Amino acid sequence: MNLYEYQAKELFKKYGISIPSGKHVASEKDLQWEKFPVVVKAQVLTGGRGKAGGIKFANDSKDLMEKGKDVLAMSIKGLKVRSLLLEEKLDIAKEYYVSVTLDRSTKRPIIIASTSGGVEIEDVPDSKIVKYWIDPTIGYSPFVGREVAFKLNLPPDESKQFQAILARMFSLYEGYDCELVEINPLVVLKNGKVLAGDAKVVVDSDSLFRHTDLSENPAERTDLEELAYKRGYALVELGGDIGVIANGAGLTMATLDGLTLKGLKPKNFLDLGGSDDVEKVVGAFQILKEAKIRAILINIFGGVTHCDTVANGIAEAKKRVGIGVPIVVRLSGVNEDIGRGILKEHGIEAYSDMMDAINEVVEVVK
Amino acid sequence: MSILVNEDTRILVQGITGHQGSFNAIQMQKFGSKVVAGTSPGKGGTEVSGIPVYNTVRDALVEKPNATFISVAAPYVLDAAKEAMYNGIDLIYILTEKVPYQDTMKIVSLANKLGKRVLGPNGPGATSPFSCKLGIMPNQIFRKGNVGVISRSGTLTYEIVNQITINGLGESTVIGLGGDPVTGMNYIDALEEFKKDEQTAAVAMVGEIGGTAEEEAAEYIKNNFNKPVVSYITGRSAPPGKRMGHAGAIISRGKGTAESKVKALEEAGVRVASYPYEIPSLLKEVLK
Repeated sequence: MNLYEYQAKELFKKYGISIPSGKHVASEKDLQWEKFPVVVKAQVLTGGRGKAGGIKFANDSKDLMEKGKDVLAMSIKGLKVRSLLLEEKLDIAKEYYVSVTLDRSTKRPIIIASTSGGVEIEDVPDSKIVKYWIDPTIGYSPFVGREVAFKLNLPPDESKQFQAILARMFSLYEGYDCELVEINPLVVLKNGKVLAGDAKVVVDSDSLFRHTDLSENPAERTDLEELAYKRGYALVELGGDIGVIANGAGLTMATLDGLTLKGLKPKNFLDLGGSDDVEKVVGAFQILKEAKIRAILINIFGGVTHCDTVANGIAEAKKRVGIGVPIVVRLSGVNEDIGRGILKEHGIEAYSDMMDAINEVVEVVK
Repeated sequence: MSILVNEDTRILVQGITGHQGSFNAIQMQKFGSKVVAGTSPGKGGTEVSGIPVYNTVRDALVEKPNATFISVAAPYVLDAAKEAMYNGIDLIYILTEKVPYQDTMKIVSLANKLGKRVLGPNGPGATSPFSCKLGIMPNQIFRKGNVGVISRSGTLTYEIVNQITINGLGESTVIGLGGDPVTGMNYIDALEEFKKDEQTAAVAMVGEIGGTAEEEAAEYIKNNFNKPVVSYITGRSAPPGKRMGHAGAIISRGKGTAESKVKALEEAGVRVASYPYEIPSLLKEVLK
């Protein structure tokens, strides 16, 4: 789960990482500030807000009211700006980069740091980046911070502050099960103080059971994805016109790939997962009924999900949901014969081979 | 002689009285696996389908288990895996999905130091027809043979194993690595085992978008692997930035695309199928 900058900075404050003085503002009436100039920052869960005009400077109360209203009315990359962060304008001398994240290859946390900050880290040459992997059973220890600071060649005064910040970032990374804790830029002020200019925190959604203080943010979902999410389905909207219901992420993806290779455009990814429940199948049809599609392909390889359960779900959906487009079914695996028998009674011939079913979809939408 | 699991594998089921635990303990028994014990704190002294249930892994050691099937709820997986490792269990299979990845990272790191194997989380386990099944793969799709199968997925693995079987070939061992961003064994770990295994003549490697495990496996195959490999990669039609069901199946920051994986594998001399059903014919060609 992505956190907004203001939420990430609240966590920074909790962990003792220095941040600029600031205020979170969700409505016009709170557009007040004492010591100008002030920075007005749009709170959206996407990068590139600066380029999109989501960061503005205001010099007095009247200016703040105007610019604040402007930014609150914006949408950035299709996402509505719902709130702002007002922050003191910083007297910046230097901009660095530092992050803690997962390195999937080594299965370890990695610290990435650079004295070239303020830009995308992907655009910084490798020679200017310091990487340090942490052994999860040993964990973080102050020597790690010393080593990274020395490699970055930081002057003594900055080095001390940097090490303190890095240690606290790592505590936050572990304490909140983060996928990413990123400070870009890490700012060195003209007076020598080091603090977090921006803050990006991504929390592992699977860990939210132990972080009950975090409320769930509205994710970037389409209306159809939101509907499916509320009803407990894993659905990704893709924009085509063939509805897909399958079981298991890998088989669902393979079904989409198969349709795509045959020149068709799938509407969605919808994984029934490891369920064995007639109503779950019916519910999947109810969601697809809300989508504009020309046909539905159901591709099931029965394991935990039994084929007869799916067949009963399809029969129920036919009765109750009123689908209105052709349905093509493939059933293989546990109880496939019973499942095919049930469908036959309801006038549906199920395929046993996935390619035959995909080819049939090609035929029915011709 | 197959890899990882065989007739000497003695399975403990941690969480045996839960729905998944009891169902799969019985399915593994039916397959022919030696399921020797289960744990369920507070239910020691009872049994599930003739399998004795103990309160703790320490108590269950009297049945001499050497592998464990963990199906406790996600918040308790780290503790269950530590309990198994502390008591000397060598192979730890984790069925549970939605385990926080930092917990998995700790389990894997500890296992590496103690010389233990971890399979999963969020995968279907390992099956060697018909000596042992440790996991949840459907019993009826296998035939004993000389093809090793490695996959990150569940049902797609069954699809491909089924294709291999109905086309007259068979499997030595089928390994499901799991669909999370961090898992225990990866492709290279499994390939190293298949390299040593006399029964295995060829390997079918099933990959998906996300991460760079397939690319790293391709590099290993190019330099270190002496048996033919065929592959199928799924997620060619997946848009960047969207999780395709598995937490690990996501194209992020331009990395982990199907194209990159197919290219790396083909450069390593691996024949890559466009559809799952092409796997058996590719296998027949490389096994000639």
